[in-house]
Amino acid sequence: MNIFVLMKRTFDTEEKIIIENGRIDEEGAEFIVNPYDEYALEEAIVLKEAHGGEITVVTVGEEEAEKELRTALAMGADKAVLLNMEDMDEAIDHYTIGEVLTAYFKDQEADIILGGNVAVDDGAGQVASRLAEGLQMNQVTTITKLDIEGTKVTIERDVEGDVEIVETSLPLLVTCQQGLNDPRYPSLPGIMKAKKKPLETIDFDDLDLDEEEIAAKTTTTDRFLPPEKGAGKILEGSTESQAQQLVELLKSEAKVI
Amino acid sequence: MSSTIELHTKGGGFLLGEVTADQVFTPEDFTDEHKMIAKTTEDFVVGKVVPETEKLENHQFDVSRRLLTQAGELGLLGADVPEKYGGIGLDKISSTLITEKFSRAGSFSLSQGAHVGIGSLPIVFFGNEEQKSKYLPDLATGTKIAAYALTEPSSGSDALGAKTTAVLNDAGTHYKLTGEKQWITNSAFADVFIVYAKIDGEHFSAFIVDREIEGVSTGPEEKKMGIKGSSTRTLILDNAHVPKENLLGEAGRGHIIAFNILNVGRYKLGVGCVGGSKRGIELSAKYANERKQFKVPIASFRGIQEKLATMASETYALESSIYRTGGLFEEQLGRLSETEQEDGGKVAGAIAEYAIECSLNKFYGSETLDYVVDEAVQIHGGYGFMAEYEVERAYRDSRINRIFEGTNEINRLLVPGTIMRKAMKGELPFLEEAKKLQSEIMSMMPEEPGSEPLEQEKMLLKNLKKVFLLVSGSAAQKYGKGLDQEQELLFNSADIVSDIYSMESAILRTEKAMNKNGAEKENMKIMLTQVFCQEAVNRIEAHAKESIIHMEEGDSLRTMLSILRKLTRHTPTDVIRIKRTIAEKVLKEERYVI
Repeated sequence: MNIFVLMKRTFDTEEKIIIENGRIDEEGAEFIVNPYDEYALEEAIVLKEAHGGEITVVTVGEEEAEKELRTALAMGADKAVLLNMEDMDEAIDHYTIGEVLTAYFKDQEADIILGGNVAVDDGAGQVASRLAEGLQMNQVTTITKLDIEGTKVTIERDVEGDVEIVETSLPLLVTCQQGLNDPRYPSLPGIMKAKKKPLETIDFDDLDLDEEEIAAKTTTTDRFLPPEKGAGKILEGSTESQAQQLVELLKSEAKVI
Repeated sequence: MSSTIELHTKGGGFLLGEVTADQVFTPEDFTDEHKMIAKTTEDFVVGKVVPETEKLENHQFDVSRRLLTQAGELGLLGADVPEKYGGIGLDKISSTLITEKFSRAGSFSLSQGAHVGIGSLPIVFFGNEEQKSKYLPDLATGTKIAAYALTEPSSGSDALGAKTTAVLNDAGTHYKLTGEKQWITNSAFADVFIVYAKIDGEHFSAFIVDREIEGVSTGPEEKKMGIKGSSTRTLILDNAHVPKENLLGEAGRGHIIAFNILNVGRYKLGVGCVGGSKRGIELSAKYANERKQFKVPIASFRGIQEKLATMASETYALESSIYRTGGLFEEQLGRLSETEQEDGGKVAGAIAEYAIECSLNKFYGSETLDYVVDEAVQIHGGYGFMAEYEVERAYRDSRINRIFEGTNEINRLLVPGTIMRKAMKGELPFLEEAKKLQSEIMSMMPEEPGSEPLEQEKMLLKNLKKVFLLVSGSAAQKYGKGLDQEQELLFNSADIVSDIYSMESAILRTEKAMNKNGAEKENMKIMLTQVFCQEAVNRIEAHAKESIIHMEEGDSLRTMLSILRKLTRHTPTDVIRIKRTIAEKVLKEERYVI
């Protein structure tokens, strides 16, 4: 089975976010493999263990992402590919990433592509779906269970807390939701082996793409942190008058009703 | 002073020559693999071990065993075991990082540490081919768990005074071991014990003892002050039939094994203290930001800030010393040929070269951690005394570190003792340097340091090495063999050596980072180093003065004190001001930050 995993390098979920001049300050921050992509990677390893084949992990980014690709190799992927955007002069958004991946995958013969449901940094959840559209490939999002027999695929997916069962067939793209599996830690022998596994870098302009055509379709106009939580307010008086005051405040201050 | 290139690779050599920044290993030199290994360990400990803390503390040893098996599956028990015997055979920096990250697991880190360290290493280093093939694959994967049995009710620091005996049976096939070993970590569930016993009551020797053989049993769990989640029992040997093949190393040469294993054990203990100290800082900084008194977070009080900054600077010096020592091991091992590297005895010998550094790491590490957790409880106030706060356990768990693997007193005595022994054997030019100093000291002119960062600290370091020579040289001259009886002087001398090693390690690490990234980017490291050095200078000065006053009198006393003043002359650093800036950063990031 030819298995591909989409991976994103993201901020460590434990990092404090500091915004300076509308940009997130990355100085000294720790980066990790997007946790949802870890579900995708784990599922890929489980698939390989059951069906055989090869796992290629793919990311769009810059040279620093090699570290997270190595982590994926240490977990059990066989090959890694970095689609390098360093020379891109135009702005990048999810559309751009989708186009670059589509261009790369046009030359691949994937039986299944697995990605995270969303990335924990911007939470857009667009890239995998854009890729499936670009490739005209079946896609099922937010999956929590995956069974493959031959080319027949049975999937359970998370629908706002309910479970939906979907049947489809390979080739297929899925995005993985929490609950699908429990991702393994890279083992020490895995880490030592990862050093020797192939990691290929492809510049985006080697994919026959025109910079202006894939330039961002959106612009981010501002970034700001949620307002700091102020001190709470304790209402006093009889239950009735407290309820009265609460309704007043919800109308006048919070303006939610 | 001589500054030969090799001196820095000799154990204790740093005292007698100049070491440069490119000659030391620092945490900034970690490879990507090192970082990944550290992350796997940390993720495993935080994800799998920490949630089980309560069960572990309540002696649910089936949980300890399960976690050890899981650790084994990830390769976390095989770092020091060669690949040939089912391990992973990693470098010493990797295994150091694993130990550091395991410290977060509280008492479980003792179970893991005793297994991979003192439990397995005797076989790695001193086992013969059959013993290695038989035991190591299971130990490296956690299928079997090991323990180490040296201490007895009446022999602790005096390990060679053991009363356990081994007698060869008439058929010449088995040794019969009889005796009691006390305070054995992992004893509730270990499968294999390394046991020391005297053959015919005379020849101190080591044996591999399988739990399952007849005549081996354990006593009840001990009730301890801390590290409650680790199993500690008495190992009872009642005519235990140990096959002759299980004699480890040569008969009567058990002390070689014991002393070599202790070196590694001491180093690893210091490593664990680095991890524990960092955690103490993290918990304290978080709490100080949360806790409000007088309507403001207690983090805004400068008294609290001072504590956090001192904790950070001591931890920085410790971390720098530990990884420098780890780098020395690696360098020494790198000098062995491939066949020699497979010879455990040679590997142990390479590590034994740094017996002095191992002792320093042990006592300075355990005292740093004890200081940090004490202040951590203090910052938590009454809540720090309550069992639901992690610092309460950390405080109790820390205390044993100053006692086991050789008490800090024994380790202090070992420092000047080993220096003198090496000097007598001609391995260290201590006496030559001391003599040279005597002749140059009268004409010595005070130097003015330059204005670049750390220049004053570097000048002082050079002079403090002379202070060490002055004090220890005079003591050796005055007391000769009777110096053994002057334990207070020996303790002072060990403290001076320790502060010199830590100062130098911090200075060289910071310098190495500055050389790479420039001083501006490494400002935090510079500040941590400045604070540590100023406080270390104060301590060295006090220790030297007290020693001189005890040794000398009259004119000679006045002369020696004036030399000491000359050697320690400097423009004092305003540590209060620097600590405020350090604390600001620690509080902002709520962790040990460099």
